[in-house]
Amino acid sequence: MADSKDFIAGVDSNAKKSPRRIVFITRRTSAQVKAETEDQVQTFPEVLFRAAVAIMSLAVVLVWIALVFNAPLEGLADPSHTPNPAKAPWYFLGLQEMLHYFPPVVAGVLVPGLVVMALIVIPYFKVNIEAGGLFLKDRQRRLQIFYVVASALSLFLLLFKVYAALVPTLIMAGVMLVAAQSSPQSPSAFRRYLAGRPLSYWVMTWFLFELVVLTAIGTFFRGPGWEFVWPWQG
Amino acid sequence: MAKTIDQYFDNLRGTRVWRSIFRSGTGSSTLKRALAIQQNVFLHLFSTKVRTRMLSFSATWYLGTLTLGTFLILVATGIPLMFYYHPSAPQAYADTKDLQFVVSSGLFLRNLHRWSAHAMVFLVFAHMFKVFYRGAYRAPREFNWVIGVVLLLVTLLLSYTGYLLPWDQLAYWAITVGSNIASAVPVIGEKIHFLLLGGNAVNANALLRFYVLHCMILPLAAMFFVAIHFWRIRKDGGLYSHGSEPATVRASAETAAAPAKEGQ
Repeated sequence: MADSKDFIAGVDSNAKKSPRRIVFITRRTSAQVKAETEDQVQTFPEVLFRAAVAIMSLAVVLVWIALVFNAPLEGLADPSHTPNPAKAPWYFLGLQEMLHYFPPVVAGVLVPGLVVMALIVIPYFKVNIEAGGLFLKDRQRRLQIFYVVASALSLFLLLFKVYAALVPTLIMAGVMLVAAQSSPQSPSAFRRYLAGRPLSYWVMTWFLFELVVLTAIGTFFRGPGWEFVWPWQG
Repeated sequence: MAKTIDQYFDNLRGTRVWRSIFRSGTGSSTLKRALAIQQNVFLHLFSTKVRTRMLSFSATWYLGTLTLGTFLILVATGIPLMFYYHPSAPQAYADTKDLQFVVSSGLFLRNLHRWSAHAMVFLVFAHMFKVFYRGAYRAPREFNWVIGVVLLLVTLLLSYTGYLLPWDQLAYWAITVGSNIASAVPVIGEKIHFLLLGGNAVNANALLRFYVLHCMILPLAAMFFVAIHFWRIRKDGGLYSHGSEPATVRASAETAAAPAKEGQ
């Protein structure tokens, strides 16, 4: 490259004036394309037909349910006659159960607002990005933080007498303690699984557990005056 | 020799009228199959090829597809229900009674609509948790997760607004309980409550507002976000896109894929 005088590096798109061009390839913009090595199939027909079969199977199940069970229909709406208990749709009964323990601004606004905010920010906080087990690294410090958070949460729920939310919290804390005592070398497959679970898994599973328990209690175990009843007590 | 049904179908797809409508002609080559997706205004939201791993049931449990299925059933049953329904009190209740006892198949239509609605709420939640546990919200798919959260809220609102429409005791008091929560918002709570119901309590105005939201605004919002939701799957590299996998999964996937490649 000693006789590199017959061209000049510069910005020029006029082919008549400067017929020779240079392409600068810097280290970061390699022209090499990363090829996918993974097996692929055509969306049509492979995916579309499977989707059609899935949707049709669902339709068959729902049609059977619709033929066998009638949708509820009660008397004409009457503002002067309040049923006891007056229940929201089932997917809001977890919230209604919370309203039983906390003031509306907490249970009806703060908690659902925070849940939605938490769901939205999940991907932006690099949650679970490497999916490492919670107690595998920095075990002592993380256990200390876990003890503080778990006891604070349990005490808070105990003070407000929210036993419906306290029991799932204690069960989850127990399972997490088992996870802390497990390692990827544990003999039991279940404990190896627990040891590999990251923080986000525990938080989401606790949330799912609470959601299911509170919704089930609101749906099946609450009678007149929001008192506890067994489902078969009508 | 008699033609098979396939051959008749191939001939149909080769006709000028068919091609003028669907733009792609006959043939089952890879190109034609890719064009069948790419040249269709609805299907082009999807990619023409997907990773084979994505087909397995355990990858998705088909929860997103099934949610779309419930939505399609709800549109298909909701439109005939609208033909028999007046959003005015107390006529709405009489119409619901008529659907139950007078309109042919009215009971079935209403049953299917109601149970599909419950199924859709359940499936949306299930889909969300499945995506979370699969870690499928990782970059570059963060925003599709956010659109999913919006769709969860739209679904809850769709179900909630539909709950009032039969105008029976169950509907009236469920909406009263739910809408009272809006009053608990600090400072502007009462204003939101009034805006939602068109009054200080659930009344005929609330019924009309919920009807317009349920049959017009929320379904349009759902379709808008669902379209983006599907399109983003393709744009973000599809299911099991390399970048969205955690390092441990990427490593194990490469070792698992290696022997399969040798076998080809």
